[in-house]
Amino acid sequence: MSLRYLGKKVLWAFLTLFFVLSVNFFLFRVMPGDPVALLARSQRLTPEAIEQQRALFGLDQPLFQQYLTYLGQTARFEFGSDLISGQPVWGQITARIWPTVLLVGVGTTLAVVLGVLGGIKAGWKRGSRFDRNSTYGSLVLYATPEGWLGMLLLIVFAGSLGWFPSGGYASPNAEGFERVTDIANHLVLPALTLALAYIGQFLLVMRSSLLDVKDEEYVDVARAKGLADLQVRRKHAVPNAILPTYTLTVLSFGFVLGGAIVVEAIFSWPGLGLLTYEAIEQQNYPVLQAVFLIASFSVIVANLIADITYTYLDPRIEEV
Amino acid sequence: MATASSAADVVTVSPRRLAWQRRRRSLATNWHIFRHNKQATVGLMILLLAGLVAVISPFVVPESDLDPATATGTPNSPPSPGYPLGTDNFGRSVLDLLIAGTRVSLLVGITATIGAVFIGAVIGLVSGFYGGTKIDLVLNALTDWFLVIPWLVLAIAMASILGPTLWNIIAVIAVTSWATTARLVRAQTLSVRSLSYIERARVLGASDWTLMTRHILPNVWPVIFANTVLTVSIAILSETTLAILGLGSADAISWGRIIEEAFNAGAMTNGYWWWMIPPGIAIVLVCLAFSMCGHALDEILNPKLRRG
Repeated sequence: MSLRYLGKKVLWAFLTLFFVLSVNFFLFRVMPGDPVALLARSQRLTPEAIEQQRALFGLDQPLFQQYLTYLGQTARFEFGSDLISGQPVWGQITARIWPTVLLVGVGTTLAVVLGVLGGIKAGWKRGSRFDRNSTYGSLVLYATPEGWLGMLLLIVFAGSLGWFPSGGYASPNAEGFERVTDIANHLVLPALTLALAYIGQFLLVMRSSLLDVKDEEYVDVARAKGLADLQVRRKHAVPNAILPTYTLTVLSFGFVLGGAIVVEAIFSWPGLGLLTYEAIEQQNYPVLQAVFLIASFSVIVANLIADITYTYLDPRIEEV
Repeated sequence: MATASSAADVVTVSPRRLAWQRRRRSLATNWHIFRHNKQATVGLMILLLAGLVAVISPFVVPESDLDPATATGTPNSPPSPGYPLGTDNFGRSVLDLLIAGTRVSLLVGITATIGAVFIGAVIGLVSGFYGGTKIDLVLNALTDWFLVIPWLVLAIAMASILGPTLWNIIAVIAVTSWATTARLVRAQTLSVRSLSYIERARVLGASDWTLMTRHILPNVWPVIFANTVLTVSIAILSETTLAILGLGSADAISWGRIIEEAFNAGAMTNGYWWWMIPPGIAIVLVCLAFSMCGHALDEILNPKLRRG
């Protein structure tokens, strides 16, 4: 990989991040009113208190000055204080990040593995019964709101059958190994919801890229050499068809947070998604602002990783 | 002699008329292909039914039946002859809610899509037409940014700042979902722009505006149209997600809103399945129908996609 390509991609990531920061600043500060106006909307404040708050937020400064201050604070991970509890926002974020990583990690991995295997099977035998059923199934899952899907799983597996707990992260008194199985038990339904919600896109992408390479000459050559069907598939067709799925996988890990908000809200899973949900209800803007920044940051990083690793997997890309 | 008479025929038929004849013919062919596509036909029937329900809903369901204060049923009762889908916790008929929700959900889905496709088409067309220039660079960067940004988080931020009215929700969905259209339209514009008839029109003195609207747009239009139909299901799902998170419009009952109310009233733990399940099924059916029609249109309008 050339340094020039790497430099270009890194520069692009920085520019995007800078743009995100700017939007984040203007969206919350300029559009409907500043944080103090928003605060005053939910609580009754005296004019003096409003002035005091304005000075505290630096809102008496010129806009450009405020913007610079904001950039500096963000670089030092100072996201201000929660409007409700008064606690620093950054502390809340770090406390909630691991449950989300666990949930989305397990859910996405499940979706990728099942989706890729299903897509290979479907694409290789195009028009077979499995192909038709899995394609229709993917379209149906794609049209299903994930929140509603989660509620259905809740009704059936937590309500009627009572196999799994209906929400939360862990029971309060479990310790040691018992705690691990307890968390796993709580994890099943939310992770399954995420996996079902995303499996369709992996299946369809894998299927269509396999269809693209299936009729290539090198696949015919491999067949003509007398290789078994499975060998042709595994050694010649799949490796050449896996790239789009690979990119999609890396990008979906970047969407960690965005994907988890609804599912965490339904299952009261105490991650960043639930934090976002609570912040919406309480109109807790500093938290929303920080969440927006972190969500965008992870997507930008995932994009960068996808771009860079892609050139190792397919060196032709760089020339484009 | 034969050549002379056919030349005379051509003169009697005006170019405009010729163009319309051609359009009618291709419309007939396309309709034929569409009708013989089983998925597309099923999809279209579902959509026609949903459209009909949406149109007649104000006449079938009086406003008073949707008002928690004047609802007549016993709260949370399972389906019965009088209330085929049971009632919610205010005693409103779930079937009535579902019928009223059809109107709102379709309205949000279609209006937001029109907005998104309009923004996307304009940006994609301008960006592609001026491909390689600074305008393209800026618009393309903007599109890229909206493609990578986690839309739900941006939508949440915007919706909670703007406030939950129906038109705000529509605006939020439109603003967060135009980027895919812009990308497609730009690519198509770039490839059309290099064709020689554009060069010819330019040499004849056509302005940029004429070139874009009269020469390029008609060739990009099929891509826009197929994409529009596909975008509607995304818009309906987006509205559902926002509604489930409590950011739905406070002044209108959509399918997503029914699900949210059911969830908040503990429909799952109390086993009020008749309240929670029907709106979800309605969403799945309508979104599926839009996707099926959209894929069929995509295949008809972009012949390159047709596989042997």
